[in-house]
Amino acid sequence: MLQVQDLHAYYGKSHILQGVDLHIDGGEVVSLLGRNGVGRSTTVKAIMGEVPPHGTITFKGTNIAGLPSFKIAHLGLGYVPEHRDIFPGLTVRQNLMLGIKDPRHPGKWKLDDMLGMFPNLAARADTAAGVLSGGEKQMLTICRTLMGDPELVMIDEPTEGLAPIIVQQVGDLIAEIARRGVAILLVEQKLSIALRISHRVYVMGHGRIVFEGTPAELKANDAVRREWLEV
Amino acid sequence: MLELIVISTLNGVLYGMLLFLMASGLTVIFSMLGVLNFAHASFYMLGAFFGFQISRWFGFWPALILAPLLAGALGAAVERYGLRHVHKNGHVAELLFTFGLAFAIEEIVQIIWGKSPVDFRVPPLLDFPAFTLFSTNYPAFKIFMLVVSIVIFIGLLVVLKRTRIGLIVQAALTHPHMVGHLGHNVGRIFMLVFGVGTALAAVAGVIAGPALVTQSNMAGLLGPILFVVVVVGGLGSLPGAFIASLLIGLVQTFAVSMNGSLAGAFGPLSPDYAATWLSDIWNVTVAQIAPIMPYLLLVLILIFRPMGLLGTRDT
Repeated sequence: MLQVQDLHAYYGKSHILQGVDLHIDGGEVVSLLGRNGVGRSTTVKAIMGEVPPHGTITFKGTNIAGLPSFKIAHLGLGYVPEHRDIFPGLTVRQNLMLGIKDPRHPGKWKLDDMLGMFPNLAARADTAAGVLSGGEKQMLTICRTLMGDPELVMIDEPTEGLAPIIVQQVGDLIAEIARRGVAILLVEQKLSIALRISHRVYVMGHGRIVFEGTPAELKANDAVRREWLEV
Repeated sequence: MLELIVISTLNGVLYGMLLFLMASGLTVIFSMLGVLNFAHASFYMLGAFFGFQISRWFGFWPALILAPLLAGALGAAVERYGLRHVHKNGHVAELLFTFGLAFAIEEIVQIIWGKSPVDFRVPPLLDFPAFTLFSTNYPAFKIFMLVVSIVIFIGLLVVLKRTRIGLIVQAALTHPHMVGHLGHNVGRIFMLVFGVGTALAAVAGVIAGPALVTQSNMAGLLGPILFVVVVVGGLGSLPGAFIASLLIGLVQTFAVSMNGSLAGAFGPLSPDYAATWLSDIWNVTVAQIAPIMPYLLLVLILIFRPMGLLGTRDT
């Protein structure tokens, strides 16, 4: 479904991505692991065109490298950025409504469905999203992107800075998204969630993919974990 | 005295609403594109001159509709074919672009309509006193101006708060990238906002043209006040711009109608130094310093509340 070949990206003169290759098939859950600063977020940003990409990125057969992000979104690629960019002045309900790309063709995720899954969000459907807690904001950003009915959703660091119990809930949500047949590219630092829900994992180091395999293979491979993951 | 207060309040609110018609567009454009549009007042002027020309051909009422549409289309084109390309080169380039545009529009207006005021008159239908208050005849056209500005203000509020496109605009004010990631065409929204913003300024131009003077320097006269409004209200805040518009409208109107001076207030004390080198300041009336009142307010705001009355950002 998503094919990335020899992807390079630069911040000014620093060469951040140095030839990333990865692919995700329909309905697959894939995690992109690695320490801070190895280029995991930049990979996702380059795919969405937020950082100028150099290389080939195809999504469902269309070359999307460098397309405006709204066009990429319309092809069915969802993106949840790491900063939980909710619209603080709008209500929870309005935030979710803005996730819908075309109100005439609503997708399989319904507003009531979302609010039903999250009693916390339902209770605050008509309050300004700016006052939500960190975990609620995270749930809201993920749900908002789902309202656009993506076939693949890229989620950047969803559990960063959240309490363990909330991390558990975010994990459950991501598992639920996968169960409904949406492919996921999860950028994570916490191995626990990634290994629990992923079909396949990539490990990044120094702007490249240094390992690809199943969660079981990663668990078995001490050398990779010691060199590229453990602090 | 009561008469003075009532009439000045009416005039002040009217002037404030006119300012808001322009400041609302300016502040929304600033929030979204991050650029103060120096040419914004030029679209107000274009509105007045387009209104003048079209009312000559077809009458005032078609002009009230057509002139803002024309100016808005021009504004949208400026965003689409000008600002959007300059954007890559950063904010300084964008500022210089709008700055240059303001000069270009002024020169073009002078070439077409000349430097002296044109004869843009109040339509005969509205050329009568609406009511007489104490001894003052209040012109119907001013009431009409007030009604038009209030209707547009309410319309703007409803569109922003109640419609989907309004919600997208509100979201794009703070997080334009995220709005794009959700599949909304941010570029088209920018163009739309620029078009509507400049069209609103042009509406102000059409209705202010007959009441004030339609002349090629009207943009230059009003532009600085507009920036005062936006800074005092808080950059990017619509409610702030509304309050600041009314505040400055009232301050200026009241100041003009007041004759008090330091000598008047402290006259009975008549200190010795009043007659010396201080005598000039001593005898200046409030009305004389009315034009600098908005800037005085600007300085005070910048000292005590740099983010503006309702602003949230520090830049």
